[in-house]
Order: sequence, then structure tokens, then C-alpha cells
Amino acid sequence: MAGATEAATGAADLDLASGPLLEVSDLRVTFRGRRGTVYAVQGISFTVEPGRTLALIGESGAGKTVSARAVMGLLPESAQVTGSIRFKGEQVVGRSEHDLRDYRGRNVAMVFQNPERSLNPTMRVGTQITEALRSHLHLDRKRAHEQAVELLRMVRVPAPERRFYEYAHQLSGGMRQRIMIAMALACGPEVLIADEATTALDVTTQAQIMDLLLDLQRQTGTALLMISHDLGLAATYAEDVIVMYAGQVVERAPAKELFASVRMPYTQALLDAIPQIDREPHVLLPVVGGRPPDLSALVPGCPFAPRCPGVQQDCREQAPTLAEHEPRRWWACWHPLNRAAQ
Amino acid sequence: MSANGTGVTAAADGSVLLEVRHLVQEFVLRDFGGAKGGVLQAVSDVSFELHGGETLSIVGETGSGKSTLARSVIQAPPPKHGEVIFQGQDLVGLPRRALKSVRRNIQMVFQDPFTSLDPRWPTARIVEEPLIAYAIGTRHQRQERARELLDLVGLDPSRYGTRHPRELSGGQCQRVAVARALALEPKLILCDEPVSSLDVLVQAQVLNLLEKLRSELSLSYLFIAHDLALVKQVSDRVAVMYLGKFCEIGPVREIYRQPLHPYTLALLNSIPDPAAAKPAASSVISGELPSPLDPPSGCRFRTRCPRAQERCAAEVPQMRALSDGHLVACHFPLSGSWHRGAGSEPPAANGAPASAGL
Repeated sequence: MAGATEAATGAADLDLASGPLLEVSDLRVTFRGRRGTVYAVQGISFTVEPGRTLALIGESGAGKTVSARAVMGLLPESAQVTGSIRFKGEQVVGRSEHDLRDYRGRNVAMVFQNPERSLNPTMRVGTQITEALRSHLHLDRKRAHEQAVELLRMVRVPAPERRFYEYAHQLSGGMRQRIMIAMALACGPEVLIADEATTALDVTTQAQIMDLLLDLQRQTGTALLMISHDLGLAATYAEDVIVMYAGQVVERAPAKELFASVRMPYTQALLDAIPQIDREPHVLLPVVGGRPPDLSALVPGCPFAPRCPGVQQDCREQAPTLAEHEPRRWWACWHPLNRAAQ
Repeated sequence: MSANGTGVTAAADGSVLLEVRHLVQEFVLRDFGGAKGGVLQAVSDVSFELHGGETLSIVGETGSGKSTLARSVIQAPPPKHGEVIFQGQDLVGLPRRALKSVRRNIQMVFQDPFTSLDPRWPTARIVEEPLIAYAIGTRHQRQERARELLDLVGLDPSRYGTRHPRELSGGQCQRVAVARALALEPKLILCDEPVSSLDVLVQAQVLNLLEKLRSELSLSYLFIAHDLALVKQVSDRVAVMYLGKFCEIGPVREIYRQPLHPYTLALLNSIPDPAAAKPAASSVISGELPSPLDPPSGCRFRTRCPRAQERCAAEVPQMRALSDGHLVACHFPLSGSWHRGAGSEPPAANGAPASAGL
């Protein structure tokens, strides 16, 4: 799995000098429950480079959010985490809650899908930002207030002095997500994880929030790890894409190359299913049937084999491993697509 | 299934199934003391027709009034003003009993499949419920029908009939919701963001299911969505709604080929494009939906419109036809055809292996 990290570092030649901010290798997360053990993440590796945008793509249950929460140290006690997550070389797995408190927010921060549920409805939004500033950065009341207003301005909340005193319910979904971003950025994190941060928003608002995130990234040099089920969004905004299926990485590539020619049939299936404005009305979408496998009962072979249109006998017998088959292009498939196009 | 005692029966394509005339829906806001805090006009003077077998999509942002419009059609609650003529009968002000018999022909599928299904009931019971409510058939016949319906939406009744919503995935729940909507053999289904909460693959499966059912059962859909890319596949006509009013309505191909309203264009440009590189930030409209309590004077979109001029603030643009069936409410409609991105090609689609070099 060390190979994965090396290659990803190679992918960002410019950033070689500074090295990766975040190095995840062979991360495995299992949940033990009454109904058996769920293998939610089954040995994934990736690196997050400073100033770059990496997208983690997959369906619900693919393990994207669990991976992100593992990086944040936010998994429940029932989760068993093995493998390593290093932030600037320092191990995160197994750290105490006390140590993690400093790491979260300052080093790695997260924006969640539902700003409604993540904001405290009984507190003014400004106070929620100053709370983070005061506890993490030990600012006094006045400085924290100034800083919070400045953060609101940075995330382009109109009339920030006034908005500071408003409550979450007085704001629109897009505004609430801006507040969440302001809170995440409060302590100047070096990695920002956006977990489906725009999924619940309108397309127009989604575009505004994504533009904002990329702008802030340019200004602050924060690395962005975006988690989404929307391959179209990833293609538009990310530089590198990792596609996850059933707790595993099945394809990774620079975004542009990935969409120019997909290798893994699962990625192709995701791409085909995106509603396209170029398609004719009333034509059925090409879509693979079935559902992702049950992660509590592991079966031999490629996890996508039961749904794969190009499945062959060897796919069912042995699982392909993720390997760098072409420079910067990784996939886990015995019969990749589009190889002739090379 | 003959609930059409009055008026015209919309059986064949081309006949008008639903006609909405000058519909206005208002909500009175009250503060904690109960004093009147203002009137929110969620839908202001919307008119459209829906033909038998046709799908009309209504697209707009959150707060544009599209869901309120759909609910006003089924009189939940009845609109403040205007007419909702279904199969020749005005539903506004209809007595409860008469409304109930009309409503079996109009069903709804909601956005959140988990909260719109009763968590205590197995799916077969959920699907059977409308048949019980309308006292149709014997118990045995109803159960048989529920099994047929589950089968129709692609859920094996022997396997899924006894499961509860919590044991199903989002896509499967939405299939159950569709089966329930079909139970009374309605003419019209109001789909309120039916796939918005689903993953892309499941979304495609449910869209395909809706499309298949429409052609097999000659249904009409009023399809509510916030995403223009999504509705293209299912629509015959598309209406774009902004702050309670229609901006533009027209045949589906026309809307995408030649959008007339700047808001439609903005929506089209907001769609992420896998084939293109980074989108031009300037293509995206800025700002937020103004408060519907205090809508802008004149054209409601003018505060965010890059083409706004003095006339837009002074005068409310009226809906007018610029070509056959393509109407726009704009003083300065766009001209010229639209195509995505700058010289970008659509990605290779339809399952055919994509070739390199897009």
C-alpha cells in the first residue's frame, strides 16, 4: 500500500517539496454490531496534498463518509480502526480524545451535509463561530467577535455584522452552509473535508458554494477533500478523483483523464447514470441494476461483479487489486474499458 | 374505475387533463402573539395546461413555490384564488366528498421516501392502504393487487412485501411510494422531487421506472424538480418558476436549445459538466432568492439578472409566446441557441465504451 502513497505524491510534482498533508494507508474500519461485523472500509490508501482538491466518490454505503470521519477521529466507539492516518507525519489513529480536540479544527476541519442539523438552533450563528475561536485559539471576546465577522465576510455572507446575531432558522440553506464553512475555517485548518456539502442545495446555490470553496482554497492554500456521490460535480471541481465501491477504492486518476477515458466499469456506470442535458427526452438512462453488496458478508471476487455488464468468470473467482496500470492511473479491474484507445 | 361522472374524460393524448388558471396561493404569517405578520404569496398568478399522457416539469430553486403549486392542485390546501380544472371539473371549493372521489385520480410521490411511508407498516400494507381508503374490492383482492403493484415497480412481493420501510434502501422505499401512488389507477401523478434524495444510480433506476410506467399506463406527470438536467429525460414540456411566477414554459427541446429567460440560462449554466474543465464562475448567478414577503417590483428576477434595465423594475413582464407553445415573461428575452460549455462535447453516453480525447 506504500506504492499508492508514492504514486499520489508523484501525481503532484509541484507539491513534492512540501510533501502530503494527510497520508492515509491501508485504512480499515469495521463495526461490530448485534447483527454481525460490517466491513465498512477495507484497506484504502490516499494522500491529500496542500492546495489540491481530491474527490472521494461513491454510492451511499461505499465507505466515503466513514473514511472521512476516521480522518477526523469522529467515529463512534463501536468502530475498530486499523491502518494509519498521518497528518504531517503524525499518527492520528489511536490518539486520545484530548489530543484530537486540538487536531480537529486546527489541522483538519469538516463541513457536513446538513447545515440544519449541524448548527445549534438556540445559539446565534456568530456565537457559534466565536465559541470555536475562543476555545481553540484562546481569543478574547472582542477579538473573537471581530474575527467571526471577518470570517462571515470571507464566506461572502452579506451584511456580516447583522448576520452575526441571527439564528440558523432565519437563514437559507445556502447561507447556513456558508456559516458552516466559516466555522470550519475558523481555526485555519490545513485540510478541509466537505462531506456532501452541497448535496442538499439547489444547483445554483451548489455552484456558488463550490466556487466559494475553491476561491477560499486559492486564498488560504487549504487542501480540499470533497466527498460526493455526484461524479459530475467531482469532474467539474476536483483535480484528482478516487472512486469507492463497497469499502474499497476501485479507480483513481486525475479528474480530466478519468472522464476522458474511464477504466473501471463501475465508474462508467456512475457516469452513464448522470442525467445529461444532451440526451433526448424519454430515452431510458443506461443503468446497471442491483445494489452494492452487503458489507457484513464478504464474498470472494470483485465486489462489482454481480452488477458488472462486462463480468467474466475470473471476476467472480478472485478480486482484482488496485494497481497503477498507467502513470497516475489506478484501477482494480481484470477487464478494464477503453484500453485500446491508448 | 369510472370516477369521471362529470366533464370530459382525458383518455387520448392531446385532450386537456388539468388546467390551472390564475392560481394564487397565499399564507398569512403570524408572530407569537397571533398578530398578522404579513402575507406570503407563494404562488402568484400561475396558469398552465397539462394534457393526457403528458409530463410537465416545473423547475425552480427552493422557495420558488413549485411544491406549493403542486399541493394547491390537489387542494392541500385549496388555493386562495384561481381555478384548478381537472377533467373539466373545477376542484376549488368542491365539497369534501366530491373532492375525495376526484383525488383518486391524482396521486402524489414525495421527495423523502422514508418520512412519506408509515414506518410501522409492511410495504404490502402501505400499498394496499389507498384501496382500503376507497373501499375497493375484497380483502383478498386488495392484497392480490398490492402484490401486483409491488411487482410492477420491480420489488419481488414475496421478498419485500413483509418488510418495513426501515429495512429498505432509499430507492426501494421510493418504489413502494410509486406503487402506492399507482394503486388507484390515477390519471395524474404529482412527483415532488421524487429522486432528489437518491444516489445517482438509484436515481436513474427510479427515473427509468417512472418513464416506463408512464408509457405503459398512459399516465400524466406533474414533475417538480430543482435540476434542469434531471427533468429533460422525463419531460414533454418544462416550466421554469421563480419566486412564485412562471418565467418560461415551452416544449422540452426548445427550452434546452433556445432558453429565452435569463433565469433559465442561469439554471442551465449551473449544471456541473463532467466533460468540461472548471466552469466559468461568471456563468453562475449570484445572490439569493429575494424574500417572497417583499418581492422586487416589476420583474422578480431583476435583482439577480445580468440584463436588468430600468423597465424591468417598473413593469411586470407578462407571459407571451415567442414561438409556438414557447412562452416567456421577460422584457428582454434571450436570442440565439444555447449549448453547454465552450466547445465541449457531451461525454460518451449510453453505455457504449467511451473513446478517448473528449
